[in-house]
Amino acid sequence: MKLTLVTGLTGLLLLGTIVELLRRRQLREKYGMLWLAVLVVVIPLSLFPRLLDNVAELLGVASGVSLVLFLGIVFLLLVCVHLSWEVSALEEETRTLAEDFALLRAEIDADRAARDELVSTDG
Amino acid sequence: MVNGKRTLIIIPALNESGSIADVVGEVRGELPGVDVLVVDDGSTDRTAAVATAAGATVAKLPYNLGVGGAMRLGYRYARDHNYDVAIQIDADGQHDPRYVPKLVDLLDDNDLVIGARFAGEGDYTVRGPRRWAMVMLSAVLSRVAHTKLTDTTSGFRAANRRVIDMFATWYPAEYLGDTVETLVHTARRGYRIRQVPVAMRKRMAGTPSHSPARAMIYLGRAFAVLTLALIRR
Repeated sequence: MKLTLVTGLTGLLLLGTIVELLRRRQLREKYGMLWLAVLVVVIPLSLFPRLLDNVAELLGVASGVSLVLFLGIVFLLLVCVHLSWEVSALEEETRTLAEDFALLRAEIDADRAARDELVSTDG
Repeated sequence: MVNGKRTLIIIPALNESGSIADVVGEVRGELPGVDVLVVDDGSTDRTAAVATAAGATVAKLPYNLGVGGAMRLGYRYARDHNYDVAIQIDADGQHDPRYVPKLVDLLDDNDLVIGARFAGEGDYTVRGPRRWAMVMLSAVLSRVAHTKLTDTTSGFRAANRRVIDMFATWYPAEYLGDTVETLVHTARRGYRIRQVPVAMRKRMAGTPSHSPARAMIYLGRAFAVLTLALIRR
């Protein structure tokens, strides 16, 4: 009973945090939706940890709790891979931005040099 | 100038080299005296070059940001260059620029005017989940905006200075955010929104997607975006 209370409250606290972050526009929709979906699974499980026992038996896992731990680790691993992928995309984007910026600066410098040249030959 | 107002037409374009020249040409032909800004949203084809040749100012994004990202750039340009009115038009040629003066007229008493299909003109129809999504979005957004809105995902809209200023600093880049969330945000801040019926034409190039699975996903995402927009402040 005590354990159910602890896990249940933790789940609800997480839900509240995510909804509030979404409301304040600190989380982009795609991540928010992911975490909300996770909580929809986690909260019932935290209140009724025995829910997965049948599924666990079907898969040959000794208890539902072990199954949850296993799935949790697999999920976190996937999240890590996803984040690495996102960071790679971001790095590629900043690289493109830096190139664009350098090209613009080169064009402006060339323009300025040409103008200065013109002024000095006129004067 | 349209009705004495400095007007900018913003056309977000992604790989539209097939239609962009005709769209820019038609806008400049029908509306002499307006400026046209094509925001090239990271196209891999010759969209930017074709649009420049057709007489538009082109802002080329270094990579794809989505319609929302392209439009915020458009509104920033409008704000920085002191335009009275900014009008968004799709690059595929489905919006008829002859409706623009009508939209601009209505900006006298409204802040954001939307050119809407299904509102009496034209013969545009959709069925299935896409239709349900549109009905749901219209019902909820009409209540939020205190005005009848039938085509909430329309990419044909006119904004006055107040709304340009707001969109220049805040414009969501997320999917459907550029239409649905901006409407909720605009209405919540007390701006007046109105729609005018417009007839849509067939796209000049490209084809719309019609798979039922995609339509269901669209319905789900529309619902999620709407819920999120309503709980957000």
